[in-house]
Amino acid sequence: MHVYLDNAATTKVSTAAFRAMEPYFTEQYGNPSSLYAFGQKAHEAITEARERIATLLHCEPREITFTSGGSEADTQAIRSAAQWGAKRGKRHIVSTKFEHHAVLHTLESLQKEGFTVTLIDVHEDGIVRPEEVAAAIQEDTCLVSVMTANNEIGTIQPVEEIGKICREKGVLFHTDAVQAVGHIPMDVKKQQIDFLSLSAHKFHGPKGVGALIARKDIPLLSIIEGGAQERGRRAGTENVPAIVGMAEALEEACRKLEENGQKMAALRDRLTQGLLQIPHSVLNGDAEKRLPGHVNVCFEGIEGESLLLLLDEKGICASSGSACTSGSLEPSHVLLAIGRPHEIAHGSLRLTLSEETTPQEIDYTVEAVTQVVQYLRGMSPVWRDLVNGKQPFVIQ
Amino acid sequence: MALYSEKVMDHFRHPRNVGVIENADGIGEVGNARCGDIMKIYLKIENNVIADVKFETFGCGSAIASSSMATELIKGQPVSEAMKLTNKAVAEALDGLPAHKLHCSVLAEEAIKKALQDYADKQGVELEGLCLPEETACPACCGAPV
Repeated sequence: MHVYLDNAATTKVSTAAFRAMEPYFTEQYGNPSSLYAFGQKAHEAITEARERIATLLHCEPREITFTSGGSEADTQAIRSAAQWGAKRGKRHIVSTKFEHHAVLHTLESLQKEGFTVTLIDVHEDGIVRPEEVAAAIQEDTCLVSVMTANNEIGTIQPVEEIGKICREKGVLFHTDAVQAVGHIPMDVKKQQIDFLSLSAHKFHGPKGVGALIARKDIPLLSIIEGGAQERGRRAGTENVPAIVGMAEALEEACRKLEENGQKMAALRDRLTQGLLQIPHSVLNGDAEKRLPGHVNVCFEGIEGESLLLLLDEKGICASSGSACTSGSLEPSHVLLAIGRPHEIAHGSLRLTLSEETTPQEIDYTVEAVTQVVQYLRGMSPVWRDLVNGKQPFVIQ
Repeated sequence: MALYSEKVMDHFRHPRNVGVIENADGIGEVGNARCGDIMKIYLKIENNVIADVKFETFGCGSAIASSSMATELIKGQPVSEAMKLTNKAVAEALDGLPAHKLHCSVLAEEAIKKALQDYADKQGVELEGLCLPEETACPACCGAPV
């Protein structure tokens, strides 16, 4: 059985998106910047895609800048806000401990350039408290950046409340909505979002394309220099097929959002309940305020990479926050941020569903994970010490 | 290219010598759970020969494969030979490890040397030439608050 449960990593391109893209590879391959009609056809396709996305997310078409994906959009948003702040003598930024590295690493760079950063707590449930955002905002704060939904544990943040606080205090608000767009309702106006980052391949669009939505009165800093594409805000010939595919995928995702969400949430809860039958396991992040397809569980006494390799043998694609899967020596900063000790964070498993996931796949996965965890615990000296009472269990 | 060689995957999928030896003649444990790797080696030594060896490992695929391969390399060997086991030999026998996983083979060497030292201590003998590892296998362990 082949079971793909890593949809937070990337998704399959939808048939509709794929079909929509096809003509722009071999038929309508003109350069949108070219003057002749053949090039203008491509330009029209981008314009139409921009209008469709604007309607779906409730912004103006000209507020959308197409990028290579979420990381570029995050970087551009934060750097633009920093430039805006620096001009006003505001060099303080508020963010959270569990942002994506595209945000955290950009903030680290800005710190070297003289900005100060406050990373607020995300609590054991993985939810940011709006009042703590308000309390962290200073006189010289230019930007608040809080993700809409966390990529590792799937918890959904109170974006609208944070947006309101920022607007009242005259601070720019950026949200990395890469995991959220196409999965939960987003409304840039209503949620008072000044910058929003999105990535197509998280909602059945193609890889290598995304967008930054930025309030029209905030100037954007161009981080890729060159031609005047995207009204001078992002140089480089537009990825026409990908942009068209992104718009098509987003329209489909938003149209089926409620139906797919309900279906996935039911399977997500079935999966969670099944996994938590395994002794000494715990769900990471709030059980309710989470994306419909997101499950993240820690198992005590085992390490995540060996768990993933054995699940791969059984045809299951999953991911983990263990150090060994990250290529670094530290386990997931997200799991550490919600208070999991290192040894527990190493034993994490993230399973993320799509609307194509079946109940049979869920039941097969629960059985497979149960077997593999038991097998790995059988050879783990850590587990032996826990069972023999030499060490106390962290997860009851 | 896959992350791991066929050999590594074979020893990971079918680890040799997993388990515990009751009343072992020597036990060595290295690593810590904070870093995500712990290896424990149990030795049964008869007439200066490694009559039996078992391991338990908490860790990634290459940690399990390195433990398995290291136990295979010393099983049936005289103590004097087992003492000479190097992390390089473990990694080579596995047809190589990715660079960031080499510390797994170092842990395997260290666990076996610690178990031999434990054996020597229990017997009240000195194993000439046995150099106990410096605790440098895992850069994250060193200096990191536990």
